Amino acid sequence: MKKFLAFVQKEFYHILRDKRTMLILLAMPIAMIVIFGFAISTELQNVDVGVLAPNKTSSIRQIINKINANKYFTIVKEIDNSKDIDKSMKQGDIDIAIVFNSNFNSDPKIQIVIDSSNPNLANSEMFYISSILKDYFQDANRNINLKPSIKTNTRMLYNPQMKSSYNFVPGIMGMIFILICALMTSVSIVREKERGSMEVLLVSPVKPIIIIFAKMVPYFVVSCANLLTILLLAFTLLQIPMNGSILFLCLISLIYIFLSLAFGLLVSSLVETQVAAMFASLLGLLLPVLMLSGMIFPIDNMPIILQWISNIVPAKWYISAVRKIMIEGLEFTYVLKESIILTVMSIFLIIVALKKYKNRLE
Amino acid sequence: MNNNDSINKVIKVENLTKKFGSFVAVDNISFEVGKGEIFGFLGANGAGKTTAMRMLCGLSKASSGKAKVAGFDIYKQTEEIKKRIGYMSQKFSLYEDLTVYENIRLYGGIYGIKEKDIKPRAYDLLENLNFLDKKDALVKSLPLGWKQKLAFSVAVFHKPKLVFLDEPTGGVDPKTRRQFWEQIYEAASRGITIFVTTHYMDEAEYCDRLSIMVDGKIEALDSPQNLKKQFNVNSMEDVFHTLASKAKRGD
Repeated sequence: MKKFLAFVQKEFYHILRDKRTMLILLAMPIAMIVIFGFAISTELQNVDVGVLAPNKTSSIRQIINKINANKYFTIVKEIDNSKDIDKSMKQGDIDIAIVFNSNFNSDPKIQIVIDSSNPNLANSEMFYISSILKDYFQDANRNINLKPSIKTNTRMLYNPQMKSSYNFVPGIMGMIFILICALMTSVSIVREKERGSMEVLLVSPVKPIIIIFAKMVPYFVVSCANLLTILLLAFTLLQIPMNGSILFLCLISLIYIFLSLAFGLLVSSLVETQVAAMFASLLGLLLPVLMLSGMIFPIDNMPIILQWISNIVPAKWYISAVRKIMIEGLEFTYVLKESIILTVMSIFLIIVALKKYKNRLE
Repeated sequence: MNNNDSINKVIKVENLTKKFGSFVAVDNISFEVGKGEIFGFLGANGAGKTTAMRMLCGLSKASSGKAKVAGFDIYKQTEEIKKRIGYMSQKFSLYEDLTVYENIRLYGGIYGIKEKDIKPRAYDLLENLNFLDKKDALVKSLPLGWKQKLAFSVAVFHKPKLVFLDEPTGGVDPKTRRQFWEQIYEAASRGITIFVTTHYMDEAEYCDRLSIMVDGKIEALDSPQNLKKQFNVNSMEDVFHTLASKAKRGD
């Protein structure tokens, strides 16, 4: 136990005395929250609209005004013929064109043309425009007292303002812990191999498992500190509600942190140099977290093979659990599946990693 | 050989072999090293000297043969061996971002020296080296020669029976090397056995006995004096070249 503490102290010295490491460890979570929370946003903003209306009747004018009054849309251009729609879109003048037919009063028809080069954005634009139009027609029908048509009433649950930070914060948490635990742990273990000090430790009577667990402790502590920072920033700066239990959130985070540490350990047992450890962690861990965890791209929209693969990305389960607890406010029983999967994955990883270590010593 | 003699042998190796697949890195070597002896282990790169040393330290399992280090079997009693040996490699064993004292304390702790004993022994060590004023300096701020002296002192801090030095003087000038060897002699005079690999021939001359490995086998083993006589040459350099030129293995 004394030996273990001596090692833990040594690891803390390594981290505390390396300013670059300290900066990465402490500033990265804050930077990510700020970048993803504010700068990167999938919310609609400043959508430029073009209008093609052969006959500007009063109802068309009302519709145009209604769209223009919406904070997301700005009417920037009146287009004279349908060929110009394509041209304006290519020039980047407009994102959406709204086309009214010539006999709109007797037989109202509206065509909406959307630049779908960014499909996610196009979807939301479509959704917003449709609801504005639907709104208008419902009002109009009421005025002329027709029999009421079917009324749809949409409620956006859990995230009524459609804030993308609600989606990103769980994602950032999934990313940060992988980065700090897996990347930093593997680099710090491999650094000892590279510098030759690992050999000296292996010649000493200290058991390898003590050396390795001592490496994990400081990163575990740092990760817990980061968990607090992220949550504080999320609640205060991004004003994300905490609908569920903080205790459960921390519990599942601890499982995930442990899993990431095991991942780092496995990486360090497979590679020889710090650069290789960095690449393995970034390509092997960070990319799947970004692409396959549901953080940016919804998993349900992926090809079936990628959906399968996404099941072995731990971040997917963690992010899903965090969303359920934090945003939807569900009880722990609803994230039981995620917790079990993450726990099993951790145990599996730690066993494989320790086995690898043993084999290396032969 | 009588019984007394065999107790005084710190290393006993019989027909030790290490194979990696079909490649025989260490081929059936046998030798003994006595207490307090400075035993040089020479060989070109790839001759197998590092592999042989790793087996004796418990870093690598032997394929066949017998060996005892400090009286313990290298197959079954590696834990006992590890407590009784010191180790210093070319890359040194010190942590650059820890202070001189922190390094000593860490290694003291690793070898299970009690906290209350570490401090006086560390101060003794630093005083002997004239290092007391550098106690709290980070190791990376020290010149190479100092780091090396410190690394050796740390390797023998737990008073091992035997210390393995793996090309300990790589990259330092002959003058610093000379000073380093004074430290080695001093340790040997206290009864610590020195097992040193090197490819500097001036260093080879300082050893009590030398073994020269070629292609995994020990081709010569004697005192530097006798080896020169045996091969009828004037310097160790010539002895080494005569033997190493027989090597079939490349690097």
